[in-house]
Amino acid sequence: MKKEFPKGEINVIRGRSLVIKGDDIDTDRIIPARFLKCVSFSALGEQVFADDRKELAGSHPFDLEQNKGANILVVNDNFGCGSSREHAPQALMRWGIRLIIGESFAEIFFGNCLALGIPCMTATKQEVSKLQNLVNQNPNQIWDFNLQDLSIYNQKESFKLNIEKGAYEMLYSGKWDATSQLLDAEERINNTVKNLPYLNNFT
Amino acid sequence: MSSGTLYDKVWNFHQVKELPGGSTQLFVGLHLIHEVTSPQAFSALNEKNLEVKFPNLTVATVDHIVPTLNQQRPFNDPLAEEMLSTLERNCKSHGIKFHGIGSNSQGVVHVMAPELGLTQPGMTVACGDSHTSTHGAFGAIAFGIGTSQVRDVLASQSLAMKKLKVRRIWIDGSLQKGVYTKDLILHIIRLLGVKGGVGFAYEFAGPAIERLSMEGRMTICNMAIEGGARCGYINPDETTFEYLKGREFSPKGQEWDKALNWWKSLVSDSEAKFDDEIQLDGSSIEPTVTWGITPGQGISIKEKIPNPEILPKNEQQIAKDACKYMNLEPDQPIEGTPIDVCFIGSCTNGRLSDLQEASKVVKGHRVATGIRAFVVPGSQKVAKEAKRKGIDKIFLTAGFEWREPGCSMCLAMNPDKLEGRQISASSSNRNFKGRQGSANGRTLLMSPAMVAAAAINGKVTDVRKLLQE
Repeated sequence: MKKEFPKGEINVIRGRSLVIKGDDIDTDRIIPARFLKCVSFSALGEQVFADDRKELAGSHPFDLEQNKGANILVVNDNFGCGSSREHAPQALMRWGIRLIIGESFAEIFFGNCLALGIPCMTATKQEVSKLQNLVNQNPNQIWDFNLQDLSIYNQKESFKLNIEKGAYEMLYSGKWDATSQLLDAEERINNTVKNLPYLNNFT
Repeated sequence: MSSGTLYDKVWNFHQVKELPGGSTQLFVGLHLIHEVTSPQAFSALNEKNLEVKFPNLTVATVDHIVPTLNQQRPFNDPLAEEMLSTLERNCKSHGIKFHGIGSNSQGVVHVMAPELGLTQPGMTVACGDSHTSTHGAFGAIAFGIGTSQVRDVLASQSLAMKKLKVRRIWIDGSLQKGVYTKDLILHIIRLLGVKGGVGFAYEFAGPAIERLSMEGRMTICNMAIEGGARCGYINPDETTFEYLKGREFSPKGQEWDKALNWWKSLVSDSEAKFDDEIQLDGSSIEPTVTWGITPGQGISIKEKIPNPEILPKNEQQIAKDACKYMNLEPDQPIEGTPIDVCFIGSCTNGRLSDLQEASKVVKGHRVATGIRAFVVPGSQKVAKEAKRKGIDKIFLTAGFEWREPGCSMCLAMNPDKLEGRQISASSSNRNFKGRQGSANGRTLLMSPAMVAAAAINGKVTDVRKLLQE
């Protein structure tokens, strides 16, 4: 079943989770550079974590049968560091990921996810570790994420999550696709241009 | 919260409006694009039936996918050719200036834009590439963006951004002979960690920074992102102005004088407030080499590969992974580690002075048997100038290959790749697993002069020993 990409207000996300363990997982690992040779993002879903998956020959979390259809990814510290390639979140999104929970995220990666309507939520090291253990113990568990409550929960467990206010509001209001919002300020953009010395012969 | 810093001043000039939730709509003064992160942005623009708002503020070149051996069109690789022709088509239909192969101004985007005088103090510079931080060397606020933001900048010349905190990194003293800005930035990332700069802009300042050439400054700012800082910058001074004077897109005549006044007014005030400050002694830094799989895993040439057991707890796991992946033994000296491939180039270290310094090491020596060593100039201008000075001959005589400009084996999107478990000495910026084109290839990051020394001895070498001879 082909899942729809995020659109509009992002408030609730429901589904199964999978875990990628490790700090400083860079975007070269999420999508190796050779897959960037494309003029469309459409094929990236199958190539996510390509080299790690090849090395683990079927036992990588993104290959395990039990994780098929999962849409929540739980990671550790500084996830998505390195290259600014949006191909990384695109690949995750096209594989099926709609929400990422981790200890922390690299800045550009966080912004790239936001631009696709994928919340990157943080929790403490202990909480993330506990959540990862629960997910690995029972991959079939259905989790409910609620942005407004800043939490992810099931019948028994609940975890408090965080996200910076600006990103929260963009996701909650559905205005994470920034283009139209930015274009609304046309007059103010033109005013900014008028006041920039280097665009006005330094007068 | 910071105040009176260059970052604050430039930010204020470019603020379009506050967005709900505390983000700012920020105007982008210079937008640089290349073939890898722009095609999907143009497609999105077309789908939404939007125009490029200020085509004269976007400048394009091709760098990531270009072959460095034979640049005849069409390229041998049909995918690479498709990417380049897509960029050409997009630039043409939207009226964007494109610096293509054979234009005499093509090159790695972070090398060619500064050398044309496109990058100037006080600008905001954005590009779909994380190493856009390079342009901060001029006192610009420069940062990498993703493709959706490339689309936004094309459509509105602005993007939604959160203001960063500012950390000043003050470097006293001066770098020793044989120690370069690459060593300095690797040392800083080692100290502060690969995520130490998340949420910060780094202001590099102090006597050791003031003494640096513009090219050295670009190397430092280039790798701010490897320490997690999305932008790094250096206050503009006489060195900056001297570099800019007379360049193709630099202000001229009366405009130049007015520009100088404005640029000088942007320098961080003496009483500026920083969110954080750090002070280091530049004189004590040694040639630095990475041994692991993140740019933060660096040690001085005199040190041994750290034993994961004695590292801080949060670094132990990744250090163990690194030792295993790199097949390096803890407690062994890094000096003497045998290497297979030597790469001099990239947006970090592919400029004229980088090639010059490396050529001084190479002169009168031969590349060790069995080592593949090659030089990829950062731009066509760098290549031309190097040839004029006879630098290409020094490398060729020593047994290096001399290639055409491009990103090449920094990220291996072209045919230049490591093979299998090969290990490289590389003047690039990332030693991530698989970064240089082989899924299990290995990378040791170091200065171009150190790469040259490694090529001659076939193993990791303290370049100072060769400089003494």
